[in-house]
Amino acid sequence: MAKAVRHQDKHGKADAEKQRCHDGMEQQQELLIQGASCAGCVKKIEAALQSVPGVTHAEMNFAQRTVSVEGAVDASILIKAIEQAGYGAQTQSADSDDDALEEKEKADRAYYKRLMLEMTIALGLGVPLMIYGLLIGEMTVTTTTERIAWLLVGLLTLGVMLFSGKHFYVGAWQSCKNHSANMDTLIALGTGTAWLYSMVVVFFPQVVPDMARHVYFEATAMIIGLIDLGLALELKARGRTSEAIKRLIGLQPKTARVIRDGNDMDIPIEQVRLHDLVRVRPGEKVPVDGEVIEGHTAIDESMLTGEPMPVEKAEQDEVVAGTINKTGSIVFKATRVGKDTALAQIIGMVKRAQNSKPPIGRLADVIAAYFVPVIMMIAIVSALAWLNFGPEPAVAFAVVSATTVLIIACPCALGLATPMSVMVGVGKAAEAGVLIRNGEALQTSSKITAMILDKTGTITLGAPKVTDIVTVDGVDEAGVLQQVASLESGSEHPLALAVVESAKERGIKPLAVTGFNAIAGHGVEAVVEGKNLLFGNEKLMKDQGVALDDFVDKAQQLAAEAKTPMYFAVDGRLAALIAVADPIKEDSIAAIKRLQHNGIRVVMLTGDNRATAKAVAEKAGIKEFFAEVLPEDKSKKVQELQMQGEVVGMTGDGINDAPALAMANVGFAIGTGTDVAIESADITLMRGSLHGLADAIAVSKATLRNIKQNLFGAFIYNIAGVPVAAGLLYPFFGLLLSPVIAGAAMAFSSLTVVTNANRLRLFKTREH
Amino acid sequence: MILVNVLGVLLIALIVWWFWLYQPQATDLGASELTIVVENGTYQPARIQVPANQSVVLSFLRKDSSPCSETVLFPALKLSETLPLNKVKNITLPAMQEGEYDFHCQMQMYRGRLLVV
Ligand SMILES: [Cu+2]
Repeated sequence: MAKAVRHQDKHGKADAEKQRCHDGMEQQQELLIQGASCAGCVKKIEAALQSVPGVTHAEMNFAQRTVSVEGAVDASILIKAIEQAGYGAQTQSADSDDDALEEKEKADRAYYKRLMLEMTIALGLGVPLMIYGLLIGEMTVTTTTERIAWLLVGLLTLGVMLFSGKHFYVGAWQSCKNHSANMDTLIALGTGTAWLYSMVVVFFPQVVPDMARHVYFEATAMIIGLIDLGLALELKARGRTSEAIKRLIGLQPKTARVIRDGNDMDIPIEQVRLHDLVRVRPGEKVPVDGEVIEGHTAIDESMLTGEPMPVEKAEQDEVVAGTINKTGSIVFKATRVGKDTALAQIIGMVKRAQNSKPPIGRLADVIAAYFVPVIMMIAIVSALAWLNFGPEPAVAFAVVSATTVLIIACPCALGLATPMSVMVGVGKAAEAGVLIRNGEALQTSSKITAMILDKTGTITLGAPKVTDIVTVDGVDEAGVLQQVASLESGSEHPLALAVVESAKERGIKPLAVTGFNAIAGHGVEAVVEGKNLLFGNEKLMKDQGVALDDFVDKAQQLAAEAKTPMYFAVDGRLAALIAVADPIKEDSIAAIKRLQHNGIRVVMLTGDNRATAKAVAEKAGIKEFFAEVLPEDKSKKVQELQMQGEVVGMTGDGINDAPALAMANVGFAIGTGTDVAIESADITLMRGSLHGLADAIAVSKATLRNIKQNLFGAFIYNIAGVPVAAGLLYPFFGLLLSPVIAGAAMAFSSLTVVTNANRLRLFKTREH
Repeated sequence: MILVNVLGVLLIALIVWWFWLYQPQATDLGASELTIVVENGTYQPARIQVPANQSVVLSFLRKDSSPCSETVLFPALKLSETLPLNKVKNITLPAMQEGEYDFHCQMQMYRGRLLVV
């Protein structure tokens, strides 16, 4: 019996497997599992899922606590099954970028509110106290009435500390238990010292000298209030730094209109499956990546590529999620959904890049890592110095200086200086269609002195086009094109493709071809409509005894313009000269000028012969070029420039240029839209234009400048502020900072850094 | 006065020992379902022992709403992840060679260390 069941089971599984192979429409989803703690749980969860009708396969990854389920079953049913088995589950798509962002903003708002309330309470006590101290009375303790009054104030301050500053004290205690120290440690120690000293004065005035019977409750309350205020304002400012990411995430539509079983239905974007048919009408956003199977339209891809012109799309063309359908209605097949879409990958990449640090930030990191314990020691040393050598009342000076040192020294501004600018800079670049992979690439691009541009596909379009057709007197141009296109229609040669493409553009249909023969390195011959056609270079014509006459001069003239001339003969007599060239992209020249204007040495690299290279370089305004470079030698040219002491940027279309891109200090890959191997280069230019290069360099320079400003600002607050707080200026100027001022400085140091980073948002990549 | 000075020096020695010299016990990742709680300016546990040459998954649970705790960075691994509030986030780490790897928040106020053995 058991055997039979197992047998059947196996059968069922095999069938399911077959089914899965048959229709590629199978859905796979991942769920996050909670509460699974042993291998036994894995079996139970898998079994529970497999018993759900429609599930063909379920496999759990214990380490990741995820289970992948195959089968067209709604996620809610799967979650219910898992819950019935005694575990928790949630869909991973539930924490989609959009939701995560919304949740984050909600949390931030709540946190902001709390901080503001805490700030109000703390300053509500601190400000009146301070005004009293400054204007009305001395904050000294002599009489019993004063002692009682100050005791009450001290208890009020304790209340403020518990309500408004609880997070500092708990954090300080927790991290201290963990043998680590942070901002909380400093604030807790600083305000704690001030309060404790004041309470000693209140309870045991006799132990402190008359002159030092001073209380610092106002300092404690003010510091806590100011730091809470600083945190709140910083939170607000931070929200703005991630605007670029928000905009990218906002490009993702929430729903898609798919055609299932012949019906149109609107479904949430997460439920779109691979190979679904999706309909997009004019004015709507493309929900997922796909391939057009019906209709044609123009699509605005500027949000991803920065390219302002809409792109024509017809059958078999790719469309990308997040772009806007302008004119026509199309149906496309989903080829990438969810986290696989180009947009999702770009968002992921920008996020990662935003969190990576350029080398310039590393010193600050090292300092920050050791800072807090060092500051604690400086505070002790400073207190001891005051006690030993300071003027009377030494105790009061010691307490004030130690408190001030502790409060002013929080290294958070130092830690924030780099990441905040990088975040804005990388986002800014992404808006211009430039994807920067990491902080290192960002920093190095700001130092580029020489830029190598691969010719084909980078400076030029990379797709040859027919530029000239010179016919022998009495021969009709369209006829020539038709014949040559027919002749070449079977050929894969790029020059042949150019001719075929050109004929197609003019609506010329190819004719039937017989006796096709490719003559290696020379050209092709064939019979069309009973005529012997010959298409190829000068040598081919000479070998076949075709007279060229003055067409040789014309050919040379075309060659000097970086065009490739080809001869066409009918029945042994020359009929036409067709020139094919890879045209320079419209904006290449302007972009190259921008680079040169910024003092960058621009060098062109090509496998073409010298003459063609020279002509293209001249046209593009480039003085230096390497011609006849074999693909495998491209990286050597990069090295050559590096030997000359240049910081070299290399720009290529990414596939055959990979070794050179890797060799360069910064590799720029030109990728248009979807077919980008985003991960392969340091920087990817989403649109074909070289303006992206100049934009990338401009953004990186602006970002680096911003980082330096931030580091300098943070340095002033932290490192220069400490000696002043310790009282180093006192012997010379009689200057000792008040702890309240230190509190304000500390609170606003991070805010300054974040605000300055935000200034970068106003940076324009290009002046028009 | 001498007493105060001696006390001060002792305090400095204590700081050096407590924050730098003392090596707290590391928690073994493999032992059980381990979640690193991000709360009150700390990662708990902050020292985590993980096996070498093997990809591992760390689960983070962030309970702290301060924005500093939002990102966790593993600089040596060139990894950074955003931690959602009150929600477990699994972070897969690549196989690592033996050694010590720090992780921390953007501001470096929250600090932890991986001991790869
Ligand atoms: Cu801090």
